[in-house]
Amino acid sequence: MSRGPAALVSRAIDWPFEALQRALGAARMPYVFVAPNLLVFGIFVAAPMILNVWYAVTGGTQLMPGDRPFVGAANFAELLDCTNHFVVATCKQDRFWRAVGNTAWFVVFQVVGLVLISLVTALILNRRMPWRGFFRAVFFYPVLLSPVVVALIWKWILQPDGVLNAVVVANGGTRIPFLLDPSWAFIWTIVVSIWAHMGFYTLILLAGLQAIPSDLYEAAEMDGTAHVRVFWRITMPLLMPNMMVVLVLALIRAVQSFDEIFVLTGGGPGTATQYIVQFIYETAFANQTHILGLAAAASMLVGGVLLVLTLLQLAASAQAKRSEAKR
Amino acid sequence: MIRFLTRRRGTTRADWTDWASWAYLALGVLVMFGPVIWLVLSSFKTQSALQEFPPSLWPMGPKQVVLQGTDRPLPVFAVPQLDGTIAERAMIRRVGIEGQFIDPADPDRRIQRARLANVTPVRELHFAFENFIEPLRQFNFARYLGNSLFVTIVATAITLLINAMCAFALSKYEFRGRNGIFLFIISTLMIPITVVLVPAFLIVTGLGLGNSLWGVILPPAATPTGVFLLRQYMLTIPDELMDAARMDHASEWRLFWRIILPLAAPALAVLAIFSVVWRWNDFLWPLVVLNRQENFTLQLGLAAFQGELQTQWHYLLAMTVITLLPVTLVFAFLQKYITTGIASSGMK
Repeated sequence: MSRGPAALVSRAIDWPFEALQRALGAARMPYVFVAPNLLVFGIFVAAPMILNVWYAVTGGTQLMPGDRPFVGAANFAELLDCTNHFVVATCKQDRFWRAVGNTAWFVVFQVVGLVLISLVTALILNRRMPWRGFFRAVFFYPVLLSPVVVALIWKWILQPDGVLNAVVVANGGTRIPFLLDPSWAFIWTIVVSIWAHMGFYTLILLAGLQAIPSDLYEAAEMDGTAHVRVFWRITMPLLMPNMMVVLVLALIRAVQSFDEIFVLTGGGPGTATQYIVQFIYETAFANQTHILGLAAAASMLVGGVLLVLTLLQLAASAQAKRSEAKR
Repeated sequence: MIRFLTRRRGTTRADWTDWASWAYLALGVLVMFGPVIWLVLSSFKTQSALQEFPPSLWPMGPKQVVLQGTDRPLPVFAVPQLDGTIAERAMIRRVGIEGQFIDPADPDRRIQRARLANVTPVRELHFAFENFIEPLRQFNFARYLGNSLFVTIVATAITLLINAMCAFALSKYEFRGRNGIFLFIISTLMIPITVVLVPAFLIVTGLGLGNSLWGVILPPAATPTGVFLLRQYMLTIPDELMDAARMDHASEWRLFWRIILPLAAPALAVLAIFSVVWRWNDFLWPLVVLNRQENFTLQLGLAAFQGELQTQWHYLLAMTVITLLPVTLVFAFLQKYITTGIASSGMK
């Protein structure tokens, strides 16, 4: 055995676990190994999941669960309470419905844009060319940036005196208040979000493309198959599992978009870019009155939507696999 | 059109699809890197340079010269000369609408007068390094930086240890409830923090971790992705190594600490990189847990600073650059591990 401080430290780490083994027996050691992780999961993930239900069916502004009066489904009723379900302004919680509407539109545009751009980028990066590693890295870089940094980078570009407006003015236009105009702000939250995340999805699709055996393409080329056919008959079907993964992840994350947008626009102008997670966060923590029950109820609705999305996509991907096997 | 999207194999002749690909990639470099480069260039501009419209590409400042006999630097102007050329002259005094200029190369020469309307200030490259130093001294940014470093390092160490222990048990032992535990861990992937924000905050507060960095560190320390990644890797390590060590009466902990952990180093490295990036960039959870300024991480500090002091862009941009620096270094040197890590495990 080597001596010295390193060996001492190492013995000090060994000792408690060896004592545990003597006390419990070797057969129980696996439980010791999983215990810390399960403890953290149990306390900070599973317990909150159960507690969330209690918050959703209780009212008041008290944080401690015991102090909260039971109100049944009142929180859900309040969220869903509208005199006319087609007019947001008639809802009791119009802020919630605006957030839901904004999020829905955001998800549609962001996910479609994200998947299409990632697909095209992956297909191009899959071609034989010099510097492929460099280009792959270029598209991936923004994925690593923090949401706050992403937001500030774009806020600086989009501000009234920013570089984008300089380009607009240089081309004979007038300055556009990109983040102060509701439609522009909405568009930019989508663009910025796609910019920040596309590299990740490109990578997954690229991995799928590279897993397609090249002899399939060689055979198609020998047969003189048209490129259109090769794309739809070989590339797309074989890429389907990865496309499904990308679609699920993109959907689930788009529904939860918060950080970049919160820093970029603060949900504004007005409520034009206020999305559902911001509604939950502000209802629970940012307002003067902490309406925890309402926030918990809203978060359960979001959780339900996420669950349905996940199950739908899992079913779709199983379906895709089955039809593939048939072919 | 579709031909452009299908892979081309074997042909050596460059056709239009190659040109289109190159154009796309060039545009990609501009769009992906451009905003970041613009941020870095802007961060070196002085407050007044930042207010220029249209902005200049490089950080420019007025050129100044220090001459003997003058107590402060003199601004340099481009002054038209009698022979029609334009020369750089230092202004020593301004009188009404006129200025008095001298040639900096030869300060003894006589004073030239010119109307201010006819001269333009000369600008040169000027890096405002004070943008980076001042916020660290004046505002709490040194503190935020320290908090961020603490959270990132401690959280990554804890994440690696407990996830590796868990993955070790799940991959190397047969025990009752193993599959149940594995399923439970994987299913927590479905519960994003956004869904359990309120009760997670209650639990952290109830444990006395509210407003403390430990409240930021602990809840996301056990990651299903980490367990999954490490388990998959440890499954590939042959069990015979452990059996041999057991013959020598090594304890189970030693099997883990001395044999499996060192062999799982590549997977641990990938998880470490992920964890560093996650923790350094984390925003929503710290935002909920921390509400006293002195405990803010860099991300919270930046977000708060931009809310309060809209006009102090020169400091804000510099601090943003500092914030993205570690992640950029990770990217520059470890990019390969990250991309293979994502490609093989399919997760971030």
